[in-house]
Amino acid sequence: MVAQDSAIKTQPIVINMGPQHPSTHGVFRLRLVLDGETVIDVEPVFGYLHRSKEKLEEERTYLQTLPITDRMDYLSSMTNNLGCSMAIEKLANIPVPERAQYLRVIMAELTRISSHCFAQGMQLQEMGAWATPLMYFIREREKIIDLFEMVSGARLTFNYIRPGGVSQDIPPEFIPACYKFIDEMPGYIDEYEQLLVQNEILRSRTMGVGVLPRDLAINSGASGPVLRASGINWDLRKQDPYLVYDRFDFDVPVGQHGDTYDRFMVRMYEMRESVKIVRQALDQLPPGPVTANLPIVIIPPPGDAYAHIETARGTLGFYMVSDGGANPWRFHVRAPSLINLTALREMIIGHKVADTVVIFGSIDIVLGEVDR
Amino acid sequence: MYGLGIVKGMYTTLMHLVRPPFTRQYPEEPVPISQRFRGYDFAWVEERCTGCATCAKACPHGVIDIITESLGDNRYAVERFDIDIGLCMVCGLCVEACPYDALFMGIGFELSSDRRWDLVVHKEDIANRGKFSAYYRTPLKEKIADREEITEIYNPSTGQNTPHA
Amino acid sequence: MNGDIHNFFNIDGAIVSALSGILPAWALVIVAGLIGIIALLVFLVPSQLATIWIERKLIGRFQIRYGPNRVGLFGLLQPLADAVKIVGKESITPAGVDKWVFWLAPIVTFIPALLVYAVIPFGPNLILADLDIGILYLISISSLGVIPVFMAGWSSNNKYALLGAMRSVAQMVSYEIPLVLSIISVVMMTGSLKIGEMVSFQADNLWMFLLQPLALLIFFISASAELNRTPMDIVEGESEIIAGYHTEYSGFKFSMFYVAEYTNVLAVSAILSAVFFGGWLSAPILDLLPAWLWFIAKIYFFFCVFVWIRATLPRMRADQLMGLAWKFLLPLALVNILVTGIEVYMNLHPLLISFINIALAIGLVAGWSELIGNRAVRNERRQYIPVVPVVR
Repeated sequence: MVAQDSAIKTQPIVINMGPQHPSTHGVFRLRLVLDGETVIDVEPVFGYLHRSKEKLEEERTYLQTLPITDRMDYLSSMTNNLGCSMAIEKLANIPVPERAQYLRVIMAELTRISSHCFAQGMQLQEMGAWATPLMYFIREREKIIDLFEMVSGARLTFNYIRPGGVSQDIPPEFIPACYKFIDEMPGYIDEYEQLLVQNEILRSRTMGVGVLPRDLAINSGASGPVLRASGINWDLRKQDPYLVYDRFDFDVPVGQHGDTYDRFMVRMYEMRESVKIVRQALDQLPPGPVTANLPIVIIPPPGDAYAHIETARGTLGFYMVSDGGANPWRFHVRAPSLINLTALREMIIGHKVADTVVIFGSIDIVLGEVDR
Repeated sequence: MYGLGIVKGMYTTLMHLVRPPFTRQYPEEPVPISQRFRGYDFAWVEERCTGCATCAKACPHGVIDIITESLGDNRYAVERFDIDIGLCMVCGLCVEACPYDALFMGIGFELSSDRRWDLVVHKEDIANRGKFSAYYRTPLKEKIADREEITEIYNPSTGQNTPHA
Repeated sequence: MNGDIHNFFNIDGAIVSALSGILPAWALVIVAGLIGIIALLVFLVPSQLATIWIERKLIGRFQIRYGPNRVGLFGLLQPLADAVKIVGKESITPAGVDKWVFWLAPIVTFIPALLVYAVIPFGPNLILADLDIGILYLISISSLGVIPVFMAGWSSNNKYALLGAMRSVAQMVSYEIPLVLSIISVVMMTGSLKIGEMVSFQADNLWMFLLQPLALLIFFISASAELNRTPMDIVEGESEIIAGYHTEYSGFKFSMFYVAEYTNVLAVSAILSAVFFGGWLSAPILDLLPAWLWFIAKIYFFFCVFVWIRATLPRMRADQLMGLAWKFLLPLALVNILVTGIEVYMNLHPLLISFINIALAIGLVAGWSELIGNRAVRNERRQYIPVVPVVR
């Protein structure tokens, strides 16, 4: 809406939002071209956090790659370990004990809750809610991290799920603690919904903002809540059931409008569904071994393998090529955060500066995974 | 009608005003630490170590530096056992790899120091550390104590066990 | 001077009458004014520290954490520590700034914030200058606040600061209008622009928030927009335009903006309590406390309400904020003026007026928002169809 025939001469201004900006989730840069407050062009610039994780992993044995995958999507390390382990298992034909599969499901779903908690909190923070919702969400995330600390010994980079199972069995106090958490979690989700979902300011900030149309969502390769909010029912847990997901009864929330509000609500509903899955998995948890006793150095036969899982951010895929040695010959990660950013330009153009950060936050990226 | 959602939100925050805080006053209030906590506080049992350097090979970043001297009869004396904590990413693979249960991770995480080279721990620092209330090793051979059974916590800053509240 | 705490404002009068024989008349005026200014500063300076502490502590408790509790008992010395820290910082003047304006803006921002207090009545006769045009003076002074903000944003030579300054001009100019119009209906009822008389009107009749609930709502929203506090802090929205107009400020210059913000919040709380909540009047039963203490208690209560709002609500977008002012608040204020005029003309009983106006407020707010509001935002119940697909 550049004023053309008006007497006042206007010109667009260029703003570099980032790499040091409070709401770019790390070192991310948006080169905005503004006409007043309206964004007329945007160019995402990333790569500031590139640590060459894929090359690092090609230099290491298969077991040693796992702690490095922790550092990619640092808000959901468990699912990174899971994807990497599944690719290695596929490559080397490693059987996984049933108990380990259930434990993996529990950890993956708890990770999804904790990651969504952080995403929702940061989303509200970017709308300017002065950290109150963020603190409420972090309260629950801390409880999940306590559970993870109980089983794996770490609070952020867990390195718990390994090729052939999990690194060790859960401690006996884990199951009551986990039951306690999933008993109280729905109440907390109700509290968040009471605080946020009907809030007119939040609704007017998010409804109709950053619409990702159905076909663009498919064409851009988006996945996870971003894709499902656009009305596409695609969840790898249902479409390509890995682990034991086909034994659980859960729903996949799907939005209709593809705007920021739908992405927000899809995450909110997914948290409830994850609670349901964790409860069923705990109920069905079978006894038995938790790991296929593997040597420290796994040497798979030559070949390649691709394994993908549904993480909190979308489809996380690991592709590995083995030449029969102790290291992967090629290691590639299909990072959902990076690919969900593809449609960012189309989503932002035409909105205001204030919407830019909200749309950007609703994609829920982790820069460690975008740049790797 | 407009405003009802805002009123609901205001009510929610008002109810939170009367709840006790969930944050911990960290340095005064001890943090409950899991039995399996993977800390930087390594412990090394000299008698059990054969100098096989499996831990050094298992480490993804190669932070463990081992120099051994042959004693004959297929036995080795460990001359040097350095761990560069500044590079260590606490994955625990070295501890899991040790076939003789000679290496543990303690619960310490307060190991900041003023100099880079203070972050390299030597054999003397980590040998025979005594009892840990929690340590990371796998597979766990003993029954894991419940959290309530923890009576004392190892305090890395003082180097002593202190009673657990 | 009878030593009664209720009448301690008589100290001023006593000093002046004691000096009346010694000094000429013009000097007496200056002395009287100086005494008042000192008394105000005695209130304001500790209030700065108290408000900063209350805000941080309350927001901490709203967020179920402790808030400051390290410096002193309950963290009471935290504002002092903040002040020491902030003054000790390097005061950077970036390259390319308009130096004169850049340095002048923090000073100018403080002047309207202080001038407002001249007409705020802390008790009967406990007022620095009970101007005949008290409320008009108040509004005109408070609308000066936009100038230093724009000075700061323009002179900083920073695009974020410029965006913030532009937003601030648009926002403050828009919200002046509903602010003034909401006050007009109050003035029509009291028949005086003097703030002191507004309070004494409320002593005779009902308190103004019962008589003019709609004006209270409009005044409250507009005033918090003038203050740039959270639901409407687009001027310094930290997640969008880093710190808005004071992005480039640091050290003591930044602290001037910071302190002026709290001074303004206190001033608005004071106006709210004076105009709508009976000023120094005590609640019906508890009139044991002195009047000025009641007034200060009311000020702090409204300050806490502002903190509560800040702790809860997300920020609105700039265009939505303009829409709220022009499409919602302005028509409602005009209707309110009309209805109030009819009521004053017909000389109705206050209780009846109160009843009519409360019903009017509820009806108008509900009806008008139904009429002009965004339907999707208002009542759309979206379905998140939990589809269970066929498993391959």
